[in-house]
Amino acid sequence: MDVVAGLAVPLLRENVDTDQIIPAQFLRILTKNGLGRYLFYRWRYDQDGKPKPEFVLNDERFKQATVLLALKNFGIGSSRENAVWALTDYGIKAVIAPSFGDIFYENAVKNGLACIRMDEKLIQQIGREAEAGGLTVRINIKEQSLSYGSQSVHYTMEPSVRRRLMSGEDEIENTMKYENKIMAYEQRMKKFYRVDRKRLLYE
Amino acid sequence: MATTIIEKIWKEHELAVDDDGRSLIYIDRHLTHEVTSPVAFEDLRIRGRKLRRPDLTVAVMDHNVPTGPREEPIRDELSYKQMQALYKNSEDFETMLLDYYSPFQGIIHIIGPELGLTLPGMTLAAGDSHTSTHGALGALAFGIGTSEVEHVFATQTLWLKKPKTMEIKVSGSLGQGVYSKDLALFLIGQLGTGGGIGHILEYTGETIRSMTPDERMTLCNLSTEAGARSSIISPDDKTFNYVRGRAFAPDEDDFNEAVEYWRTLASDPNATYDKSYSFDVSGLKPMVTWGTNPSMVVPVTGSIPSPDQFEASRRPGIEAALKYMGLTPGQAITDIKVDRVFIGSCTNSRLSDLTIAARVVKGRKVSNSVRAMVVPGSQYVKRNAERKGLHSIFLEAGFEWRNAGCSMCIGMNEDQLLPGERAASTTNRNFENRQGPGGRTHLVSPAMAAAAAIEGHFVDITQWDMAEAI
Repeated sequence: MDVVAGLAVPLLRENVDTDQIIPAQFLRILTKNGLGRYLFYRWRYDQDGKPKPEFVLNDERFKQATVLLALKNFGIGSSRENAVWALTDYGIKAVIAPSFGDIFYENAVKNGLACIRMDEKLIQQIGREAEAGGLTVRINIKEQSLSYGSQSVHYTMEPSVRRRLMSGEDEIENTMKYENKIMAYEQRMKKFYRVDRKRLLYE
Repeated sequence: MATTIIEKIWKEHELAVDDDGRSLIYIDRHLTHEVTSPVAFEDLRIRGRKLRRPDLTVAVMDHNVPTGPREEPIRDELSYKQMQALYKNSEDFETMLLDYYSPFQGIIHIIGPELGLTLPGMTLAAGDSHTSTHGALGALAFGIGTSEVEHVFATQTLWLKKPKTMEIKVSGSLGQGVYSKDLALFLIGQLGTGGGIGHILEYTGETIRSMTPDERMTLCNLSTEAGARSSIISPDDKTFNYVRGRAFAPDEDDFNEAVEYWRTLASDPNATYDKSYSFDVSGLKPMVTWGTNPSMVVPVTGSIPSPDQFEASRRPGIEAALKYMGLTPGQAITDIKVDRVFIGSCTNSRLSDLTIAARVVKGRKVSNSVRAMVVPGSQYVKRNAERKGLHSIFLEAGFEWRNAGCSMCIGMNEDQLLPGERAASTTNRNFENRQGPGGRTHLVSPAMAAAAAIEGHFVDITQWDMAEAI
């Protein structure tokens, strides 16, 4: 994946925590598929399950949005990867925010969801242009640039994140190339860190 | 060169550094639970992968389990299925399982330390954000998502970019009725919800040194609410005394050797950090959150702030929080009435927490307008509390005395707030709808929660006549 492009939707709130992205009741699942319907569930639907017209994703102009604009600390809170699965299943391909929760950010990379860090003022500016609907944002992961309307801006991303977003590699397979190092540690691991299961028989 | 405990443990566990500067870190202990593990186990199966070290992996049922009588059937079909999946996965992949019926079942961050599964100097991972708790014993602990859970299952390692270090140095003693929960909420208020992003916090200073391991766990537990990747406290004699004799702690033959090693891990006196903050917390008051994230917090002697007190860019968020919480600027905290009281969660459900709450409650009655419950952090905590007679104190006062689990902290089982209900809660998150759709959460210490249950509104616990030590 070198380029992500799509309709931008402004959700210009700070501290959008993972409980808001997907409430805990929808974590009682055995698969990661089909969670898009629960995305922002309590903001999107009322207690009878009817769409709340005031919520931006229920606005016809943003139904096809794939690029989410948000304010600082997006994805703070719980480690639930379900938050990322809900976003990607819904169709979101990139989130642009000034900062992200650490665990959310890593979960996103693992699932090919591009999280782009940008200055808040710039996001507010893009958000204003996106408000009317119809603003396409194009993110070039390879070039680390973002364009919208006639504007183009540069952003920075850790090399490892950029590489992984572009390659979509199987990280476990990659890690197993280091198996000799893993085994070497296991040889020297402190013996008192090992677990002898029989011990729980005592009390 | 003087180094921190973070760098020492990191170096010991760093197996390789890739071209992009990420480190491959060995994970000595992996704790897993029924809610964030099923997809990871299933992916292992699909790809024909093994669980590399089942002996270093411990599974427990905590997040969605009912907390009523264990002999009753599990009514929620989806939770039941997740529990069944963990039975099957633990059997197929040969991990130890502390199941719903185990006498050692409990919240993942309670059982790790109390069973000696968490030890100083080790690296630990768990599919839960409050894994920072384990840093209280001097372990380097990471909360991870399900893909990373799978990565640890398959490789016993994590790829991590070395986080920055942040020292939080605390001086001054906490007064009567002021606890580590209050300190933690105060610090989150100072740092903000994102202040710790990309950092591992190390708590240092005389206040931390004088805290018990349980109190340190409450503090480290809440580091994630300031956005921190993790947090840690250098181990000392208090830590070693805590660890000694626990089920999976080093046995007596190895204990001295272990302690000798652990002593070398404490941060060197002249170690430097990427950021350092100092706080003098003399005179700190009990804290109460008023909003929809834990940084929205004031002393119990204070009042609900007005959006005007904040910079313009923050006002919409403040207004939304006040609206959700049904609060008015200027309202005194002690005038806020509560409908529910919850004492529990990985933040505050240890024996010491329940003991303090019982001292507040002893000989009193829960207000007629309040439903109050105590959910011990583990069945082991519950048994020990019952040996001390704490359950009688709570039951006589009108509290429910339940079985262990995450319960109303996450609202995945039937323990939930109803829409509009207001709770004093010893938990970690006051996010919208967290404890039940439309529920309103105020985070407080166990003593403050217990007193709110008795009076039906918040009271300044420092003015309370508490029972003598129980």
